[in-house]
Amino acid sequence: MALISALNPLLTTGWSRGDNGWRLRDYEARGGYVQLRRLLSDKVSQDDLIAEVKKSVLRGRGGAGFPTGLKWSFMPRAFPGDKYVVCNSDEGEPGTFKDRDLMRFDPHAVIEGMIIAGYAMGAGRGYNYIHGEIFDIYERFEEALDEARLAGLLGQKILGSEFSFELFAHHGYGAYICGEETGLLESLEGKKGQPRYKPPFPASYGLYGKPTTINNTETFAAIPFILAMGGEKFLGMGKPNNGGTKLFSVSGHVNRPGNYEIPLGTPFSTLLEMAGGMRGGRKLKAVIPGGSSAPVLPAEIMMNTTMDYDSIAKAGSMLGSGAVIVMDESVCMVKALERLSYFYFEESCGQCTPCREGTGWLYRVVHRIEHGEGRAEDLDQLNRVTDNIMGRTICALGDAASLPVRSFINHFKSEFEYHIENKKCLVDPAIQRAGSGFFRMEST
Amino acid sequence: MSQSSSSLLSADALTRIERECAKYPADQRQSAVMAALAIAQDELGWLAKDTIAAVAKILGMAPVAAYEVASFYNMYDLSPVGKFKVTVCTNLPCALSGGVDAADYLKNKLGIAFNETTSDGKFTLKEGECLGACGDAPVMIVNNKRMCSFMHPEQIDALLAECGHSKVGA
Ligand SMILES: Cc1cc2nc3c(=O)[nH]c(=O)nc-3n(C[C@H](O)[C@H](O)[C@H](O)COP(=O)(O)O)c2cc1C
Ligand code: SF4
Ligand code: FES
Repeated sequence: MALISALNPLLTTGWSRGDNGWRLRDYEARGGYVQLRRLLSDKVSQDDLIAEVKKSVLRGRGGAGFPTGLKWSFMPRAFPGDKYVVCNSDEGEPGTFKDRDLMRFDPHAVIEGMIIAGYAMGAGRGYNYIHGEIFDIYERFEEALDEARLAGLLGQKILGSEFSFELFAHHGYGAYICGEETGLLESLEGKKGQPRYKPPFPASYGLYGKPTTINNTETFAAIPFILAMGGEKFLGMGKPNNGGTKLFSVSGHVNRPGNYEIPLGTPFSTLLEMAGGMRGGRKLKAVIPGGSSAPVLPAEIMMNTTMDYDSIAKAGSMLGSGAVIVMDESVCMVKALERLSYFYFEESCGQCTPCREGTGWLYRVVHRIEHGEGRAEDLDQLNRVTDNIMGRTICALGDAASLPVRSFINHFKSEFEYHIENKKCLVDPAIQRAGSGFFRMEST
Repeated sequence: MSQSSSSLLSADALTRIERECAKYPADQRQSAVMAALAIAQDELGWLAKDTIAAVAKILGMAPVAAYEVASFYNMYDLSPVGKFKVTVCTNLPCALSGGVDAADYLKNKLGIAFNETTSDGKFTLKEGECLGACGDAPVMIVNNKRMCSFMHPEQIDALLAECGHSKVGA
């Protein structure tokens, strides 16, 4: 089992007992559902509740970092018909695996967060859309939902109050694009997960055309903790404009890949230490700090950056989903980019021409450079293709495919040029092979 | 549509599909199509056109609409696969920790490439995109359901041995 470690455990407090601490009684023993009970018995107003979330400066944990309280305030609460709350647990962004552990070790925090969101926005129904490949987690979440229903925490007139809220899990079946919120809504409606034009935004036209708010799993899971400690205190755990703690999924060339919870604003070097430092003591080369769609940053820049939305943006990348992909000197940057470009090409939903055709071009050109068939004009060609994709598509997958290409070429240009000129890799193949540690059979 | 839906799917499958439909508003049965296709695939091994049409009928949607869904999502199999479909993640975060090596190791052991099935019909190998478990790399999934973590040579050998005794999966 992956090690769990936190500088300032909040969302991960319940994780210490591993697979033995996720049940309703465990969650309640550590203060779970106290906030929901308080809201209902004190009849806390929706305005006050949303104000508290705003105070926390909780920013969406799914990628874009949009302030959650503000998003909640966009819901037309007075709208008379059905309204929905949707949780995005489609976690398919390469490098991200925090929502899986959140639902594995503390599913009731996600459930309580969603019920509270329903209360705040006057929504009567919710869905949690769970990534297809984590079937065991989907089953656990279903079990947790059953527990909550049985305890009267879900359903009609929750805990004897006037508030009713139904919540269901929906199992995805393997499509990265369903992580994009409107693609997710289409998928929930039983269609291909092809993103919608925006506007209209989900708050006015969402699931089944009704007002809908979509947040990431970690965003919802943070809500009960925020209410328990107060918005201001949560904000204070992080830094201004970057409230609270956040989970970071650290993968790649570290000794202990896994999820780490740290206050926003913690130096990257501290996070790297928590993850056990560099595997085999090799030198850090580059880091993708926010999931595969975020621009890559060279070691020097990363080592001087703190882990929060604003600092990483200033350093030229994005905090994204908090997926930190660590690469040491055994990595060939051309090969790394080739794999990422293949991913976006494979996962483009195909409805916009710039993305459908452009991702194919990006992959083919990087592929030929990697395979010793690159041409002198290829780097300019790649940049031109990204120009033709970015800002011209329905959803952000087009940008997500382009940003890695631009940043890899920008920061590691000499490696691409070497490949094109010498038709081979700057990094010795034997060193590359050693990098993965596959045959070392490390104990887990 | 030649066959009736009930002759293709068991009573148990039909009950499970209805349970999925109950998660959605009464006029939104189509929302259950992903689950219904998964249930059908679990029962019949893969999704033939007739199976998809039967699922569409149960949900009151056009067969082509159900087919669009079946062909859009990666985990549906529109042609027969082996008894054990092994999907290995080779995306970058996993590759850094042996994802590609694990895939090569499997290809070697089974004597097949991605998207091929062993001649005894036992194993099909698939290349997966991020499974959402990159911290456990190398990772693979058997028959869409069983996630296998930290799959180094020893663990892969053990998995194959276990499948040789045909005990894994649905
Ligand atoms: C291609 C693409 C994939 C995405 N994948 C995810 C995902 O897996 N999980 C997620 O929470 N958000 C994902 N997002 C972001 C969502 O569209 C949305 O912004 C988010 O779920 C909002 O929740 P938040 O405000 O709590 O972050 C993705 C966006 C794009 C463009
Ligand atoms: S940008 Fe790509 S993934 Fe997004 S809607 Fe257009 S084609 Fe689909
Ligand atoms: S990259 Fe392989 S599971 Fe995420």
